[in-house]
Amino acid sequence: MRKSASFLVAGSALLGAVEAARANDFAAVERGRYLTQAGNCQGCHTPAGEEPFAGSRPLETPFGVIYTPNITFDTETGLGRWTKDDFWRAMHEGKAKDGSQLYPAFPYPHFTKMPREDVDAIYAYLATLEPVRKKRPENELPFPLNWRFTVKGWNMTFFEPGVFRPDPEKSQAWNRGAYLVEGPGHCSGCHTEKNLLGADKKGRHLAGGRLENWSAPDIRAGRHGGLEKWSEEEIVEFLRTGRNAHSAAFSIMSEVISYSTQHMAEADLKAIATYLKDLTGEERAAPRKPADAVMTAGAAIYLDNCTACHVSDGSGVPRFFPPLAGSGKVNNPDPTTVIRVLLEGARAVPTKTHPSPLTMPAFGWKLDDDEIAAVATYVRSSWGNSGGAVEADEVRKLRGLLAEGPP
Amino acid sequence: MAKKLPPVDVVLVGFGWTGAIMAQELTEAGLQVLALERGGWRDTPTHFPTTVAPDELRFYWRHEMFQDTARETLTFRNNDSQTALPMRRWGSFLPGSGVGGSGVHWNGQTFRFLPSDFVAASHNTDRYGPLPEGMTVQDYGVTYDELETHFDRFEKLCGIGGKAGNLRGALQAGGNPFEGRRSDDYPNPPMEMTFAQKQFGMAARELGLNPFPAPSANMSRPYTNPLGVQLAPCTYCGFCEKYGCGNYSKAIPQTTILPVLMGKHNFTLKTHNEVLEITRDSSGRRATGVTHVDVHGEVFEQPAEIVILCAYPLQNARLMMLSGIGRTYDPRSGEGLVGKNYCYQVVSSVDVFYEDRYTNQFVGAGALGMVIDEYNGDNFDHAGLGFIGGGYLACWTTNARPIETHRTPEGTPEWGAGWKKAVKENFLKSTGVSTHGASMAYAQNRLDLDPTYTDVYGRPLLRMTYDFTPNDRAMTAYLTERATEIAKRMGGREIKVNAREGAYDSMPYQTTHNTGGTIMGSTPANSVVNRYLQSWDVPNLFVMGAGVFPQNAGYNPTGTVAALTYWAAEAIKSRYLPDPGPMVRA
Ligand SMILES: Cc1cc2nc3c(=O)[nH]c(=O)nc-3n(C[C@H](O)[C@H](O)[C@H](O)COP(=O)(O)OP(=O)(O)OC[C@H]3O[C@@H](n4cnc5c(N)ncnc54)[C@H](O)[C@@H]3O)c2cc1C
Repeated sequence: MRKSASFLVAGSALLGAVEAARANDFAAVERGRYLTQAGNCQGCHTPAGEEPFAGSRPLETPFGVIYTPNITFDTETGLGRWTKDDFWRAMHEGKAKDGSQLYPAFPYPHFTKMPREDVDAIYAYLATLEPVRKKRPENELPFPLNWRFTVKGWNMTFFEPGVFRPDPEKSQAWNRGAYLVEGPGHCSGCHTEKNLLGADKKGRHLAGGRLENWSAPDIRAGRHGGLEKWSEEEIVEFLRTGRNAHSAAFSIMSEVISYSTQHMAEADLKAIATYLKDLTGEERAAPRKPADAVMTAGAAIYLDNCTACHVSDGSGVPRFFPPLAGSGKVNNPDPTTVIRVLLEGARAVPTKTHPSPLTMPAFGWKLDDDEIAAVATYVRSSWGNSGGAVEADEVRKLRGLLAEGPP
Repeated sequence: MAKKLPPVDVVLVGFGWTGAIMAQELTEAGLQVLALERGGWRDTPTHFPTTVAPDELRFYWRHEMFQDTARETLTFRNNDSQTALPMRRWGSFLPGSGVGGSGVHWNGQTFRFLPSDFVAASHNTDRYGPLPEGMTVQDYGVTYDELETHFDRFEKLCGIGGKAGNLRGALQAGGNPFEGRRSDDYPNPPMEMTFAQKQFGMAARELGLNPFPAPSANMSRPYTNPLGVQLAPCTYCGFCEKYGCGNYSKAIPQTTILPVLMGKHNFTLKTHNEVLEITRDSSGRRATGVTHVDVHGEVFEQPAEIVILCAYPLQNARLMMLSGIGRTYDPRSGEGLVGKNYCYQVVSSVDVFYEDRYTNQFVGAGALGMVIDEYNGDNFDHAGLGFIGGGYLACWTTNARPIETHRTPEGTPEWGAGWKKAVKENFLKSTGVSTHGASMAYAQNRLDLDPTYTDVYGRPLLRMTYDFTPNDRAMTAYLTERATEIAKRMGGREIKVNAREGAYDSMPYQTTHNTGGTIMGSTPANSVVNRYLQSWDVPNLFVMGAGVFPQNAGYNPTGTVAALTYWAAEAIKSRYLPDPGPMVRA
């Protein structure tokens, strides 16, 4: 009796240890899942409608097309043979398993800020996904960029590996926010203008960028920043629900929200808001006043085509149809997004809290270049907006680029 | 040989209003639900964005939203002495096809029937004595009180704007004093009224009547429904009825349910798949599923535990007949029930023309109106009037469309320069009072299969035998007189009475409120479905829609259709699933 009793005790202790190890695993996987979401890995590593994380999504860079790799653990085409150390080197140093350089379209200049335990957790999570066999196409990069070693030179100039170091002067929330924005969130991938070599431009941090024929707005939320008028709560609301009183997310940001930020913890979204609220911009010179004739035409086009949703004074229907008065997207010095939305329409991201994919129709077939330019000019120069005039030529050019279509 | 597909828990035949509600309810209960829709996918930005929604040629004159009569229509005759002929172009009613069904191009006038409407036979017999010879009116078998919470759910789903008249038994000034007791007010306030409604309200009050704002599924303000789906404020553009709304301002399946439903893993929708038949096992007492055909003509067999017809009353009745479920009604013998008690809606109007006041009717919305209910149902004493039932009177400003709208005064030539002049002079300066009357069931009005004409698959078309009844004629004459009294007091230069006289004409648009054919009731001897909309003959078959109305009341049907759908869904979840079988013992 005694014997078997003690055996039982021992047995359960052993079981406990195994369970604890499993629980640890579980915690790591869960943490990894969370960070994978925070980094929106799914976004770039999944072409629309295909298996998540299995790669082959074409990324249009100014230098050519890069296809994202398969990051499921398939042994032939994915990360199946990668060790934790291999994965760490990729994330931290931008090096592939074979030691070759990865292109900085993979945001390792951001992921390098992540500590080892976070990177290991992502590895643990990706290892739990169903492996998918899927080979990606060859990148379409012109010589000499197709030589991966040219990236080495790039790295020497623009890349400094190193884990995020908190600023002791700032609050814990600020530091968490900074880590999320600069590290896994890699917001400047879209929201910072790039130099000719595709690296972030100095002094333009999060002040707005341009990619894939979209202009990503200035997301600095301090004085003179693009989001100056957004409160911390409104930033959180936007990231959580895809809408707030000022705006609605669409296009690339809608992926970020649907795969990533809507799933994040409230405290982390608040931390991001705290950090963005601390980033200031610079005063902008008032743009040239548009010609009266253009404004008159723009007002008439606006009345006929836009007021049903955006209302005659540009106030919109907050959280349904975005206000145009005071909109960061409308006031962006780069009018690409405004023109593009007029041409193609736009769909507000459906989220868990707002499942309706409210959509603006395309006007590209209905309005010509002059008309689009006039109405864009009117919208950018009315109700306190100061985005400035748009020329018909800009519309024509963008039409051309869009007609070429995605790669 | 039809290809056999993997079984599902529930197959829904048709995916309009009732299909969408059923799918949402039954997927919430965890069932695997498949909806089969004969038409295509439709959503707001792709199919009727603001840039194309108000296209009169495309949507109304060329019938883009409606069932394609070249593939299938129905034949029509007024009575048995005539030979029914196919309706090759829709007129009097406009059945929809495609995701959302007629729910996409409806107006949004969203009423609840009166408590007495559900007990029309017993209530009227108690008060006025036996029903006249040939009238086949009967009780629904379900009461207003049982449906109350379900009405409330639909109103909240749709964001109906209105003013309660009876809140938990307390009468509310400005609402409909005759309505049944409501557990809650409407989720939104009434719409903004125009000059015409103000004139109507004034005239009605002078006559001692109680005008109230029409309950509207066109949004009076931005609204997020209990599912989190968003409806935007109405812009009063006047393109509701016969059109899809480009502004997300009209409650339709797409703007209330689909954004949530389409993301569910236990829901599947197959478009361009027309159901041909409900299949049964050898006992004939159990549905095994349906057969359906895709656009390439390939036929599939879809097994299911539960089959629910959501294909609009006319199709529901036809599918029952084509599948041989129940006996088709024969007025000579009085036997059979499928196709019995086909009813409609009896409408008339009185136009009002102003000399120097602008009504600007183009600023309108499908359910923008003021209503009086004094002459509806049994809200007034019918002694000596020679009819039962009634209807509401309303001043609607639903639209004024460049091609469709041409109200002209009495004596205007039918064409030519005189007609054009009159249209021009009155386009901005007219309005009207309309009457929306009930339709009581009579023995000779019915649906059955046509002996001659067939659809694109060679199957018999549905045949409609219908004319206005003595009750209808007396009722509409009475309502038209009441409307005239109001119209005369609306301050116009002149009026024009458009009475509903003569035989029912299937061409001019009246309403798409076809009811009956698969009626509900208390026993298998008087009805096709029981009070839970469950087939008496085949207990795993359910039939939704206004086809279950034993007769039609003086209101638009959809509020009651939806409440009955929620009621049936509730019964399936709470009673049928735990114990599959007949929910009412015969
Ligand atoms: C112009 C117009 C205005 C209206 N205005 C109002 C109003 O203001 N107030 C009101 O209360 N009601 C109104 N209605 C009525 C309202 O639209 C209907 O009551 C409601 O849509 C009925 O819902 P349902 O699900 O029964 O049918 P529907 O919504 O029509 O859906 C039926 C669906 O079944 C599909 N179907 C049919 N047969 C088959 C088959 N064999 N296989 C597969 N699919 C099939 C059809 O294509 C359709 O999509 C209006 C209707 C019209 C046409």
